[in-house]
Formats: sequence, C-alpha cells, structure tokens
Amino acid sequence: MKKIRLGAGAGYSGDRIEPAVELAEKGDIQYLCFECLAERTIAIAQQAKMKDPAAGYDALLAARMEAVLPVCRQKGIKIITNMGAANPEAGAQKIKEVAQKLGIRGLKIAAVSGDDVLETIRAQEYKIEETGEQLSTIKDKLVSANAYLGAEPIIEALKGGADIVITGRVADPALFLAPLAYEFGWSPDDWDLLGKATVIGHLMECAGQITGGYFADPGYKDVPGIGHLGFPIAEVNADGTAVITKVAEAGGMVTLATCKEQLLYEIHNPAAYFTPDVVADFTDVQMTEIAKDHVKIAGGKGIPKTDFLKVSIGYVDSYIGEGQISYAGPGAAARGQLALDIVKERLGLMGVKVSEIRFDLIGVNSLHAASLSAGHEPYEVRARVAGRTQNMKEAVRIGNEVETLYTNGPAGGAGAWKTAREVVAMVSILIPRSLVKYSVKYEVV
Amino acid sequence: MKLREIAHSRTGDKGNTSNISVIAYDPANYPLLEKHITAERVKAFFADIVQGEVVRYELPNIGALNFVMFQALGGGVTRTLALDIHGKSLSSALMNMEVAE
Repeated sequence: MKKIRLGAGAGYSGDRIEPAVELAEKGDIQYLCFECLAERTIAIAQQAKMKDPAAGYDALLAARMEAVLPVCRQKGIKIITNMGAANPEAGAQKIKEVAQKLGIRGLKIAAVSGDDVLETIRAQEYKIEETGEQLSTIKDKLVSANAYLGAEPIIEALKGGADIVITGRVADPALFLAPLAYEFGWSPDDWDLLGKATVIGHLMECAGQITGGYFADPGYKDVPGIGHLGFPIAEVNADGTAVITKVAEAGGMVTLATCKEQLLYEIHNPAAYFTPDVVADFTDVQMTEIAKDHVKIAGGKGIPKTDFLKVSIGYVDSYIGEGQISYAGPGAAARGQLALDIVKERLGLMGVKVSEIRFDLIGVNSLHAASLSAGHEPYEVRARVAGRTQNMKEAVRIGNEVETLYTNGPAGGAGAWKTAREVVAMVSILIPRSLVKYSVKYEVV
Repeated sequence: MKLREIAHSRTGDKGNTSNISVIAYDPANYPLLEKHITAERVKAFFADIVQGEVVRYELPNIGALNFVMFQALGGGVTRTLALDIHGKSLSSALMNMEVAE
C-alpha cells in the first residue's frame, strides 16, 4: 500500500538547517516542507519589499536551498515552503539562481502568489477581530495585509509538475496537507480526510517541537541527544492515519508526551480548528506508541470550510523605547529597585509621554509580575524599563534615562544597554473567500 | 502536590491570546486534572497577567486540558512591552499550582 513520507525542514524562519539536510539524506522522504512564516515575519518582509522590489522573501532561503538542493535533486525529493513571505516570485528567482550556481538543471519551481490583499481590503470596511473596531481607524498606518491561502494552489503547482513550491502566506498545515491530497487524490470536500491531514500538518509544522525540542525539563522530561536534535518525519497512509518518527541516529525523541504537547500547541477550541481548507476537530485523535520513536496517529475529523479567509494585517502602531542595567552582590535587588524608581521619577520630571510603561527587575519579577514571583534575594538583578510612545524621539529618551544611571544612579550599575524601535502590530479580519485570487507562476532552470 | 508531579505543559500564542495545555503523564490521573485544574483557578493564578476570560477545553482522548486565556499577552508578540513577548514561560509557572491528593 502506498505510503508518503513527509519531513519537516524548519519550524520557523530562523530555524536550524542541519536537521533538514539530515532528513533529506537519511529520512527516505518524498517531500521536505519548510514552515518559516510567523504572523509578524510577513509584515517585516513587506517593509523590506517596499524598500527593494526584489526583496521580501525569507532571509535564510538561499542558505537553506544551497544546503538541501543537491541531495533533494539526487533523490527526487520535492520541496514545499512558505519562504516566499512577501515576495514568492522573487523567492523563486533566488532558488533558480542557487540551482544554477550548483549546476542543477531541469528543476521546475512554482511561485504561489495572491495572498497579498492590501489593495483589495483598502476599498471596503471590515471589523477588526481582536478589538471589534473598524479597519478604517488604522487605514493610514497599514503595512501589510495577507490572506491565509489553503492547499489548493500548492496542489495545482504539484499537478503542474513543480519540484519546488514556494508560497507567501498559506496556512501552516496546508504545506503538509497539499502533498498528501495530491498524492492520494483526496477530494477537496472529503472533510474527514482533510481534518486528519490537518492534525498531521499541525503536528509537523513546528519541526523540532515534536522530536523533543521545546520539551526538555531535566529530571522530569529528559531528552536524549538534544544537542543533535533531529526533525520529524510523518509516514502517512491513504486513509489519513500516520506514524510520526525521526531519523534513527538523530538526537531527540518522539513519544506520546512530545506528540500530545504539539497537538495542543497554539490551539484554541480543539473541536473547531479553522483553516482555509477545513474546520478540523482534534477531539477524537488517538495516539499510540508502536515502537521506540514511532507514534501512531489516528482519528481527527472535519466539517466544511467557511466562506471566509483570515487576513493578517500589519500596521505601524507605536514605538518602544527600552533600557536595561545590572546590579550584583549584597543589596543588588534593592539597588535595582532604586534604579527603577529613579528612572520613573526622571521620565515624569522630563515629561516623556508614554501610553504604557513597565519597570521590571529581571531575576525577581520580570516574567510573571508580583504575585507569582516568590520573595527571594538574588545575587544579581537586571533593571529593565520599557515604554510605548507615539514617536521615535520620545522612545529614545527612555533608554537614555536608563543608561545615565551609570553616573547618576545607584552604586555598581553594570552593562547598560538601550534600544528604540518602531512597532508593527498585527490584527486580523475575515474577508469573503471570493475576493482572493491566487496565481501559480513557474520558473525552469 | 505540585501539578508538575503529574502533568506537563506547553504554551502557545496567537495575537493577544495565550493557550496552555496541561497533559497527564499517566492517563489515570486525567480525572484529577479535570477536577482540580479549573478555569476559575487558572484565571485567579494568572490574575496579574491575564486581563480577559479563561476558557477550558477537555480532551479525554489524550488525557489533557487546554486553557485559552484572552488578553494575556500585552497586545501580542509584536506590540507587548513584556520581556517574554510570546508568554512562553506561562506554562512553567502553572506547573507550580497545587493539586489536592
């Protein structure tokens, strides 16, 4: 019976490259899928594209392709990735350049575009999902608007003979669902199969997070060989059941515990996980450890997709100024607190305008605020002030007031650091599916 | 006993919403989680951090609970002033919660 083996080559834009190469070399896989697009990554890429029309794809695209193309070509492994970010067509050009440099010929690269809906949404009014406000309240500050596409354009590219498919914003599980639907000839309205494939895609999309990455807690959750952590493989059957595993000699582990943590990662209602392809239901997923590092996944189902697509909107929201300085030895926490009090007073005296500000003592209460932070006397603390302003000039003043603690604050201040940056915030809207038109364009080396 | 002794956990983020899974190592302990780790207790536990509602989903199929916490991340990863921009450390904090034996 036909089985398809998918490998996850990356779980985020900055992810490690070596495990992807290991999967291509030793994983006996037919597809290598790289998920590299977080909510905010595309807004940053969009800003890069505005400055340079040939930019806006993933920063590690060329490095990843240089590393995996030779072996993928040799073994006939197809690559699917959303590393196109804000500019899939420029990304495809870059892959073509890399292939030429490596002397690879006969490679077909498909670029999927159409997720950029910035001009489409400008014309109409939409409700912002997070705040309930109208989109027009931020229309002068918009940076990007990208609709989550589904598996359809990727399947079309695979039918068109693509060896590599590069997209912009598509739903993460679609990177895995698409090759399965293509290989097994699943119907686009077989909701249960699409639901099962969404479970598999969701388990795979963060790469090392299911093989023991982001899991280790010494003494409670030990992970063997985490230094050479491998990335996962899903061996999938035509009925939508799968086994999650890894290259035998790779570090890490695939267990019921790692699979369960990943199943619920970034999930809200497990009975209704909305994607462009299906509304998936995880509540009957069954996991069974059938051998060491082999977990069988069965179950998962779905109901019809909705008539709407989610659109991530990036907009220039504010500026953040920040400063940090450390104190050590006896009384470190008291001096750190004095430092924070001084900065608070001075920002007030100078009339620095902030809409929001926080004063943290790293090592005491910076992560979980007052009530969860147990009273203890640390050897060292780092005082941190971060404030939100409406312009860069004001933001800069916050870090300056922390840095000047060197000669104007408590004794022994050390290692001051400051920064100020523009904030591109993200919100989402829902738009009718009919407004979004994708296109697939091919490059041949 | 601390929750850490019988369960493990991972935090995820979407916009300004955080979710925390609580998974029994041994499925036999799932009823204990269901009984003691309520949405109300989690809301009170994170009172300083979570501004919105806390909703609990049950997944007996894998012996797990999923807590969805609204307005928990200072506006979300790109906008928050917090050092932990994704709120990824929240699951570790929850492992300190007491479970009556």
